Amino acid sequence: MSATTTQAPVGAATDSAGAAFEPVMIGFTCNWCSYRAADLAGTARIKYPPNVRLIRLMCSGRLDPAFVLKAFAGGADGVMVSGCWPGECHYIEQNIKALRRFVLLRRVIEAMGIEPARLQLVWASAAEGQRFAHEVGRIVEEVRALGPLGWGRDGARPHESIAAVSTAAGPAAVPAEVTA
Amino acid sequence: MSSNGKHRFAMYWAASCGGCDIAVLNLHEKIAEVADAFEIVFWPCAMDTKYADVEALPDGSIDLTFFSGSIRNDENLHLAKLLRRTSKILVAFGSCASEGCIPGLANFSTVDDMLTTAFETPSTENPLHLRPVPRWAAPEGEIRIPTLAPVVRTLDQVVDIDYTIPGCPPESARIAEVVDLAIAAFAGRAELPPKGSVIGAGTSTVCDQCARQRDVKKIAAFTRIQATAYLDPALCLLEQGIPCSGPATRDGCGALCPVAGAPCIGCYGPSDGVVDQGARLLSAFSSVIDAREPGDIERILDGLPDPLGTFYRFGLARSILRASRPAFASSGVEPPVIARAPEPARAGAAGGTDR
Repeated sequence: MSATTTQAPVGAATDSAGAAFEPVMIGFTCNWCSYRAADLAGTARIKYPPNVRLIRLMCSGRLDPAFVLKAFAGGADGVMVSGCWPGECHYIEQNIKALRRFVLLRRVIEAMGIEPARLQLVWASAAEGQRFAHEVGRIVEEVRALGPLGWGRDGARPHESIAAVSTAAGPAAVPAEVTA
Repeated sequence: MSSNGKHRFAMYWAASCGGCDIAVLNLHEKIAEVADAFEIVFWPCAMDTKYADVEALPDGSIDLTFFSGSIRNDENLHLAKLLRRTSKILVAFGSCASEGCIPGLANFSTVDDMLTTAFETPSTENPLHLRPVPRWAAPEGEIRIPTLAPVVRTLDQVVDIDYTIPGCPPESARIAEVVDLAIAAFAGRAELPPKGSVIGAGTSTVCDQCARQRDVKKIAAFTRIQATAYLDPALCLLEQGIPCSGPATRDGCGALCPVAGAPCIGCYGPSDGVVDQGARLLSAFSSVIDAREPGDIERILDGLPDPLGTFYRFGLARSILRASRPAFASSGVEPPVIARAPEPARAGAAGGTDR
């Protein structure tokens, strides 16, 4: 791909040759518990890896599965969904909906060839800054062990360009049109 | 417009089954109006024309082109570009052209896997282990067949399109509406919708048109329709545990399938405002599952043996991910990787070493 599609993400080593892999994570947090847990971790100066970019939703039940797929397609190596503990949802039981979507979504991404561990669900109350930071650290290390997902970064879609397929009889000459 | 004062019409099938062409012919007596208003310059299903005839046409000389079928190989791509150049209005006609449809399901697999299934499975008699060869030097000259692309793409992923008519195939009554609109617009009696519109369909969902009654929002188990002893004729199929794609599928068919007692399979594609039909269906299904504990949720979901095929039966090629990871990785283009860890560091990492 061209150089424009290989921009380094924030926090990653810019040297692509042999530098340590820094996973890019998207974290969806709910306004009432998990975002406040992240906030508490911040005010309490608890350190957690900077790999995760948090996005605040009003509720984990707001999480459209398309958000997760878009994160993967856009270059995220892992996605974390977090919300209030079951029974503590600000909207009664929308976090249970998030749980069901999470379970089904994991099956779907696994069938697409994405390791289920790249999608993780974490419950964290507003008082659990320590737990939130610990879980982020754990997930980042799990995703780091899995390696890069390699879907298009910066909106790049490598599979849009058609490359000719070699058949068992050996590589065939590619008509100019195919690669255009 | 041609010399006889008629507007020029073309229809082409790329990677498709031909059902779209049949749906157009199913206009019955209205097809006479089409022939009356249009000079048909190219329609491989219905008449004998050559690619060279189209290649010789000047730019924009065809007024209306219905392009059905997805882009599976270089021949499809050539015709897509050719018909884009020669057409004023290019319509992605039917599910294959607009969202990949059944041919798009091949995006779950690599081309090699696909060819192995087609040529090497035990039910196939192929003692010489032959595979298709795109070019072959025969004594009489070079023989060519199209080269498969690694992934199936939709028409709008390879060329600029003007409109989309969804459906597998589009309902003939909807096609008739579009034909009427085109005739009126060409005669100056109507305005064409804005470029990029979905035409010949509604904006809401199949559920909106379905006469079945919806009461409860909870289901305790999924089941296959052939495994049910009794089906309530008036009650929502999804509520009866039958996976039905109505909640995420565009209306336009009149809810033909669910009204007839078969679940909607989603052929009209995502409804307005939905980016990824599969994700929306996934969301809809998980909302109605009657379980709170992970174990119970898993047990109910086990009733959906093929969630991917259920959610993305028609829309995989236009979904957010577009293809499975192996198919994506086999596209022959090295994915842009930011920074690699030294190879030994990840040896043995679960599932992460497949590339």
